[in-house]
Amino acid sequence: MSNKVIYAIYNDDDILMDAVKKTRAAHHHIEEVFTPFPVHGLDKAMGIAPTRLAICAFIYGCVGLSVATAMMNFIMIQDWPQDIGGKPSFSYIQNMPAFVPIMFEMTVFFAAHLMVITFYMRSKLWPFKQAENPDVRTTDDHFLMEVAVNNNEEELISFFQNTGAVEIKVIDKH
Amino acid sequence: MYTFSSKLKTFSFILMLIGVLGIGYGFLTAPKDIQEVEKILAAESHGTHHAEAATYEVEAAHEPVATEHKTSVEHEAVAVSATDSASGKEIDSVHTDTIAVTAAGVEPSVANHDNQETTAHKKEAVDHEDAHAEHEAHLKHVLHQLQNKPWAALYVACIFFMLVSMGVLAFYAIQQVAQAGWSPVLFRVMQGITAYLPVASIIFFIILLLTGLHVFESNHLFIWMDKDVVAHDELIQAKSGYLNFPFWIIRAAVFLLGWNAYRYFSRKNCLAQDESNDDSFYKKNFNISAMFLVFFIVSESIMSWDWIMSIDPHWFSTLFGWYVFASFFVSGITTIALVTVYLKSKGYLEYVNTSHIHDLAKFMFGISVFWTYLWFSQFMLIWYANIPEEVTYFVTRIELYNLPFFGAVVMNFLFPILILINTDFKRITWVIVMAGIVILAGHYIDFFNMIMPGTVGDQWFIGVAEIGSVLFFLGLFIFVVFTALGKSPLLPKRNPFIEESKHFHY
Repeated sequence: MSNKVIYAIYNDDDILMDAVKKTRAAHHHIEEVFTPFPVHGLDKAMGIAPTRLAICAFIYGCVGLSVATAMMNFIMIQDWPQDIGGKPSFSYIQNMPAFVPIMFEMTVFFAAHLMVITFYMRSKLWPFKQAENPDVRTTDDHFLMEVAVNNNEEELISFFQNTGAVEIKVIDKH
Repeated sequence: MYTFSSKLKTFSFILMLIGVLGIGYGFLTAPKDIQEVEKILAAESHGTHHAEAATYEVEAAHEPVATEHKTSVEHEAVAVSATDSASGKEIDSVHTDTIAVTAAGVEPSVANHDNQETTAHKKEAVDHEDAHAEHEAHLKHVLHQLQNKPWAALYVACIFFMLVSMGVLAFYAIQQVAQAGWSPVLFRVMQGITAYLPVASIIFFIILLLTGLHVFESNHLFIWMDKDVVAHDELIQAKSGYLNFPFWIIRAAVFLLGWNAYRYFSRKNCLAQDESNDDSFYKKNFNISAMFLVFFIVSESIMSWDWIMSIDPHWFSTLFGWYVFASFFVSGITTIALVTVYLKSKGYLEYVNTSHIHDLAKFMFGISVFWTYLWFSQFMLIWYANIPEEVTYFVTRIELYNLPFFGAVVMNFLFPILILINTDFKRITWVIVMAGIVILAGHYIDFFNMIMPGTVGDQWFIGVAEIGSVLFFLGLFIFVVFTALGKSPLLPKRNPFIEESKHFHY
């Protein structure tokens, strides 16, 4: 089975948004949309599920808070409870105000960095990654919608011509 | 146009009525003299040393000197240490002093106990008289605290609701100056809430006058206003160039007039803008809002020293003004959210959508965290350095006000941060209402924590007088605010940002 896709190229984000809505209404499956900048509301128009990255970040923050607490409780209270300048090292809660800056920073550190790494992993980004750009102009001033072709090539071409596309290409994808 | 529903009006009247009864009960049940205090202390089953103190005088006449001396040492350890640390000159001076209260803590009293014992062995007769005088002093100290209780309850509730409307006014001015595109549909709501400011200012100013002019014998809210105390307290003497009644009351008058003037003209211009053909009134409002914000941040800082920090005149903190500001600013934003949600639910705010509510909830969340940041910064810096003259403030609060002190952090930080961190929750009405009520109650307790330890010390209780005061001012607040909301259309007509605000979507 051939793996044909259609590239509909636009040069305006408003036209793109309209085209996305029409495509969805006509029940054509949008594989991907490439844009040079974030188009507000595009994800909603495409029907993409909301991100759960924030939930991840919250959990990572909780991990960071736990790490900071466990670390300082072990070092400062359990392992070697020295008297340093009269600070009460008898229990964690007694000396807690002194630990709060570190607890806070560790929470933020874990939440931020792990969330970023999660983002890289989920969106498959790394330094020597091969760019997946179907058309170089999409990083500059063109918008590209990729739609799967299922033996309805003619119908799709005429459909996208009516959505204001400046260029339509049919590509055999490997 | 909003019409004040008769149900809400009745409700506010009931609140005011119950409040007045509660306040009256508080004043009527406050002890009049030392004899009453003695009875109260004797009746308190938990107070071991109080009970001892009460029986002491009877014993003193009959018991052998040795026993009597022992009792006196024990039961007066607290009072003695208190007088000592307040430079031991004027017994009266300790009655609301933070240092005195701290001295009741373990270490100083032990030290003084030993001290007392050695001297007492030498001069038993003198000790007897001293002990007697000190016992009297202790009773007088408690009497002043108990007499302060209804006053302090009234004061906390009054200043809290006044500052809530100030918080709304500050938020309103910031929205004007920042040319916010989302909030103009809420301007009339904010103006309605700030309508409480003139009413509150008058009541508050009267309370300040009553306190400063010593109209009532029982009012000892500000220790530095007591001439006997100042005569024997070098620390307060050194501050009397700033802390003296004429200067203090003039400052209060200037601040209250300044704030009310801004509120008056800002609303007037906003209504005039509705009928205008150009944006001149809008520009006027922009300018006076910018000037107000400059005046506000200076006056707010000084206000916090005058009306709150000077309750503990031996103590000072540099970030106190910001801390007080954060507390009432977040309460003000919460109040905007609650009133908006209420009016929306009654169908009066056509253009307010969940995005507006969401924005308000984000402010509630963010400023709650900001308050916590300042709360913790103030606490941690003083805790860490542990300099005696500063740390007494927190020793008093942690030892005597443990639950309210840390409970305020739970209510103002932990609860909002966990509930309002979720984007979806910030759009749900009942979540906003619940979080809002907890935040407002938490910030009332915050003000309670700031004012009560210096006025009533360990005699605090959230009882009839406190709840009555809150209910009275809550009823008054609801009555004034919703009356004002009914006086002008809830949607400004010709605000340059009104269209954007109507279609605000986040």
